[in-house]
Amino acid sequence: MVGLRTVYAWEIRKLLRQKRTYIGVALAIGFPALFVIALSLQTGEPDDIAFGRYVRESGLAIPPVMLIFGSIWLFPLITSLVAGDIVAAEDHNGTLKTILTRSVGRGRVFTAKVLAALTYALFALFLMGIVALIGGVLMSGFHPLTTLSGTTVSSKKALLLLVVCFGIYFLPLIAVASIALLLSTLTHNSAGSVVGALAISILLQLVAILPGLESLQPYLLPNQFNAWQGLLRTPADWAPVIRAAWVCALYAAPCLAWAAWSFSRRDVTGG
Amino acid sequence: MAADARATASDAPPISVRGLVKRYGDVTAVAGVDLTVEAGDVYGYLGPNGAGKTTVLRMLLGLIRPTSGEVRVFGRDPQSDPVGALRGVAGFVEAPKFYPYMTGRKNLELLADLDGGDARSRIGEALDIVELTERAKHKVGGYSHGMRQRLGVAAALLRNPQLLLLDEPATGLDPAGMRDMRALVARLSQAGTTVLLSSHLLNEVEELCNRVAIVRTGTFVFEGRLDELRASMGGDWRLRTTDDVRALAVLAEAPGITNPRADGLEVRFDASEAAVEALSVRLVEAGLAIRALAPHAAALEDLFFSLTEGDANAGAVQGPGAAGDPEGASGDPESAAGNPESAAGDLENAAGDPAGPSATPGEDA
Repeated sequence: MVGLRTVYAWEIRKLLRQKRTYIGVALAIGFPALFVIALSLQTGEPDDIAFGRYVRESGLAIPPVMLIFGSIWLFPLITSLVAGDIVAAEDHNGTLKTILTRSVGRGRVFTAKVLAALTYALFALFLMGIVALIGGVLMSGFHPLTTLSGTTVSSKKALLLLVVCFGIYFLPLIAVASIALLLSTLTHNSAGSVVGALAISILLQLVAILPGLESLQPYLLPNQFNAWQGLLRTPADWAPVIRAAWVCALYAAPCLAWAAWSFSRRDVTGG
Repeated sequence: MAADARATASDAPPISVRGLVKRYGDVTAVAGVDLTVEAGDVYGYLGPNGAGKTTVLRMLLGLIRPTSGEVRVFGRDPQSDPVGALRGVAGFVEAPKFYPYMTGRKNLELLADLDGGDARSRIGEALDIVELTERAKHKVGGYSHGMRQRLGVAAALLRNPQLLLLDEPATGLDPAGMRDMRALVARLSQAGTTVLLSSHLLNEVEELCNRVAIVRTGTFVFEGRLDELRASMGGDWRLRTTDDVRALAVLAEAPGITNPRADGLEVRFDASEAAVEALSVRLVEAGLAIRALAPHAAALEDLFFSLTEGDANAGAVQGPGAAGDPEGASGDPESAAGNPESAAGDLENAAGDPAGPSATPGEDA
């Protein structure tokens, strides 16, 4: 049987040859670029959100502001753009029968697709962070960053913390990708899965602000998009990070298990 | 790996199917099929569109799960051991599909990598065989139906198969492409490849296959050797000589010849093959020159129609005209499946009719 690495490499190559892949990449570059340009053309700052008031003190404040803005729809969209398509596209092209009659099992094909979708989300996330950082440094310089506790960390340490923060931010994106992958596998419909996964993540944000559900809030998906902020405090607060890890796993694991089960048993009739 | 596959091939038949049933809700697509394809067979799987041929092929390839029954490919179950069962097996069901945003060659590279082994080293040769070398650098999205069909064959050849499954391989090909496809199948068969070929084109199956299964709405109505099928028809022959009047007189006296009759420019009669051999000698002895002495081709078609009652696809198997236009013939693939109830009502008649004792799917392949 052919190794996972080979199947994964081809999933990545397939992504690189499809236009939709570059829509997400363009969003990941364009969003922070436009934000920095807009900031440099005016005098105010977005001081109603965390780190917003520091954007002119240090360029290192731009990436965290982007993370906060991006959690509403941008990153769920970029993530589900590929994760919602990666199985359904095979149905659309009729190619499932083509690849499943070679020397590779269904489980391996599905695993490769999950890994490719996550690779893409991670890549887009860090691409956005790098563009935001470069733009921010060009505008406000590579200066020490003021944390949420009001203390100041050196620019080098802040950069390191930001890398870890982006890694933590990836956790809820895994959950979003899993939901999109499940929809993609069950519906065989690419557009429906992308829109569906985005709708679910936005709906969860609405649930989070319903009165009476405050106690549920820490366990809903939108909250996990803020877990990284614990690291930009003094002392660092790891509790929300640990919670994000298991809450996101609780979303991702059943979705992936269901999708994998369905993918391995389904009748491939199309194409 | 290849040695392993050959060892298995010698133990178990390439294809063994017992009591295979596939239902989609209330619709029975395949109703109890038994099928054995022995090594070296070129097996024709003949029936109108919608008769469940593709569904059986999909189950052989492990793409869909049988409702009940047993499928073995080289002795392995494609459901529990898909990679093992398909070792040494290649082919396609319905139109072969590829990634439209990649070139033909890239698609083959992807599939070769998913095959493993030395499949990549066969890409150039496979493209040459199907004459796509020039177009391989273009994206598949711009390929014609016939080109995709040929790329599908190339993709199958990458696996260096011992068993080749082809689903309506002539679909979308022009007459020259069809001729090439048939020549390729014949060549692969001579080289020892076992072939299962589904078709709704009678002449294609007649030309290529030694064994045939005729299927209608999910059930076999005949399974056996093609010459057995011809024999079961009672042998309708046509004869053209220099003098038909004297020929009729010879026929009237020859043993084993029944129902001789003038039919336009030729004479028709019923006889066994042995009787025909004796007759040819008699004709020459009577001083007649034989211009043509052959089985009446339409007879097999008549039988095919009586077995399959393929009204909706009546044009599909009639002569070379239909063969030149397979697209038109397959324009309504669901017609037979769309009406399983009424078709099933006629099934008993057909099964009991001309095939006689041969209608029982043969264990003794």
